[in-house]
Amino acid sequence: MSEVEFDHHADRSRMKVSDEVAVEVINMNKWYGSFHVLRDINLTVNRGERIVICGPSGSGKSTLIRCMNRLEEHQEGKIIVDGIELTSDLKNIDKVRREVGMVFQHFNLFPHLTILENCTLAPIWVRKVPRREAEETAMHYLEKVKIPDQAHKYPGQLSGGQQQRVAIARSLCMKPRIMLFDEPTSALDPEMIKEVLDTMIELAEEGMTMLCVTHEMGFAKEVANRVIFMDAGQIVEQNEPEEFFSNPKSERTKLFLSQIL
Amino acid sequence: MSMQETAYVRTEMLPEREPPSLNTGPIGWIRANLFPNWFSSLLTLASLFIIYKLLAAFIPWAFGGVWNASSLKECREILQGVDAACWAVIHERFWQLMYGFYPDNLYWRPNLALVMLIVALVPVLFEGAPRKLLAVTIATPFIGPWLLWGGTIWTPVAAALGFVVGYIVYKLIAGALSDLAGLVLGPLAAVLWWILLAGRFSDLMAGILPLGLQPVESRKFGGFMLAVTLGITGIAASFPLGIILALGRQSHLVIVKTLSVGFIEFIRGVPLITLLFVAQVMLAYFLPRGTQFDIILRVMIMITLFSAAYMAEVIRGGLAALPKGQYEAADALGLNYWQAQRLIIMPQALKIAIPGIVSTFIGLFKDTTLVSIIGLADPLGWVKLIQADAAWNGIVWELYGFVAFVFFIVCFSMSRYSMYLERKLETGHK
Ligand SMILES: Nc1ncnc2c1ncn2[C@@H]1O[C@H](COP(=O)(O)OP(=O)(O)O)[C@@H](O)[C@H]1O
Ligand SMILES: [Mg+2]
Repeated sequence: MSEVEFDHHADRSRMKVSDEVAVEVINMNKWYGSFHVLRDINLTVNRGERIVICGPSGSGKSTLIRCMNRLEEHQEGKIIVDGIELTSDLKNIDKVRREVGMVFQHFNLFPHLTILENCTLAPIWVRKVPRREAEETAMHYLEKVKIPDQAHKYPGQLSGGQQQRVAIARSLCMKPRIMLFDEPTSALDPEMIKEVLDTMIELAEEGMTMLCVTHEMGFAKEVANRVIFMDAGQIVEQNEPEEFFSNPKSERTKLFLSQIL
Repeated sequence: MSMQETAYVRTEMLPEREPPSLNTGPIGWIRANLFPNWFSSLLTLASLFIIYKLLAAFIPWAFGGVWNASSLKECREILQGVDAACWAVIHERFWQLMYGFYPDNLYWRPNLALVMLIVALVPVLFEGAPRKLLAVTIATPFIGPWLLWGGTIWTPVAAALGFVVGYIVYKLIAGALSDLAGLVLGPLAAVLWWILLAGRFSDLMAGILPLGLQPVESRKFGGFMLAVTLGITGIAASFPLGIILALGRQSHLVIVKTLSVGFIEFIRGVPLITLLFVAQVMLAYFLPRGTQFDIILRVMIMITLFSAAYMAEVIRGGLAALPKGQYEAADALGLNYWQAQRLIIMPQALKIAIPGIVSTFIGLFKDTTLVSIIGLADPLGWVKLIQADAAWNGIVWELYGFVAFVFFIVCFSMSRYSMYLERKLETGHK
């Protein structure tokens, strides 16, 4: 995978990691039927951390982050997000989803709603924010992702990169404390990847806790404070980006890096 | 040859040009579609000839017809052997074809109900209509039937109160116990109210404050008024029921799913006419003795159940066409099940299903003519009644033609509306 050049280099001094825990995963296991998809996952993410998760296709990266907002259910172990344990209790799930934003590979914007309506829907119905206020917030975030002038168009009229930036803005409108990204640039044409990554870098600089499944190693070097390598449902290796890329420990990591870089 | 000579860089962009005129405009269209080659040209000419022949026979017959006569015999005398229509039968029997035996001094009541219905539909069908009209939309299901059947005003009031009761119980239970309990007990309370208390309530209130219209019995209903009454209530009731069944079929709750699938498959496996016979004969056995259960109401229920099953499958098709990502995005944003359904899933699924939904509506409206088989005097029932009259014995084309024409107008309008709706909802998404 090619590395993207950034105009704007991340200001790492602004990315502070606190010692408060944002997400904690303890001895977590998950099966699809009899297929053991996640095995003994242990992971602690502090507030302000930017974590990049990589690994071969089918290794369980998506499943792992989707467990963190309960789009998938785990069968063993604990997942504690923002101090709330995820169980089958719907009230807890709702609370967690209000604090955790998610950006998908295929954007998943609502095609029947305008960009602005996409951004105001959840604040109005879930957070019960008055419409006027929700619209102001939405415009604020649309300006941040640099597409305020598209607010009254429909998603189908935007380019892929623009749609993904709207998807990020839509999540931010809920004022989440944690953001999950599942291969946010994999469905994009090369010239659009950068605009999305730039948006994500800015978000990191503002101190957002981010878990990001991506193979954009340039992005990982730029903002991540930890890179996690997964294979066959397990966390095989995790390290700071410099160490991870220059001096990978496990054979599988070496093989993977040699294939993608 | 060296590379330098073949390499080429364009310095100016070429201007845009008009397409060749032979490909555009009416002449271009006719050439491309009607006369692209000798075989198609031949077919075009043959078709034109057949159309000409049909019109040459139909137009003099239809437009040279007789409008004023009191019997088929008189028509024939006026026409003196010319082969032309005897529209006099429509002229003479127009009001019966329209209203059946509904008392003619009360025609204003179904007319008013129809006007009310049209006003009620405006805010539903057209975006940008004044929101105040929604009040009419809410009142019509109660006032409309009251206008048609008459009786005390307290009957529709009692019916409306059922919804209030259901809502209050839902709110109380959902607040105290759980949303699901509220969703079960709320409707249950409403049904109990309708079955046990609504009748007493309206009798009691009618005793205190006797306001009402002259009652009209169901057997006086007939003609297009009956078809429209059955069609509209069927459409209005089967649509929400179809949505609920489609969602039920997708539910993770085994009981809900089994009930929905069982209902849909049973109804789809049985001809409508069988259900209508059940409504006519059998239902009476299941009900407590002495219960007055109106035949039109029974038929309405059967027609509604019948098309709800088809509606459910059409809507399920729309649901299946939605990418999983839409559900996931709604979940990830924290919307609950009903919010996600109402705001994200249904608007898209119903849009996809519009052609199927409208087909079901059109089918339902046309199927109302089956009630003539169980002895209700819908337009086709009236055709038979008129044909049985000695004065019009032997008349066929004019009556069926007229009925077909009116049905066509209504069904074609529905079809055009659905095309308008599809265009309006197009947002450039594929
Ligand atoms: N809903 C599902 N049912 C059964 N197996 C699944 C399901 N979703 C994913 N899987 C399987 O789980 C494994 C991990 O999937 P995923 O988390 O999407 O991998 P990644 O995102 O790393 O490519 C894959 O082998 C995939 O086939
Ligand atoms: Mg994945």
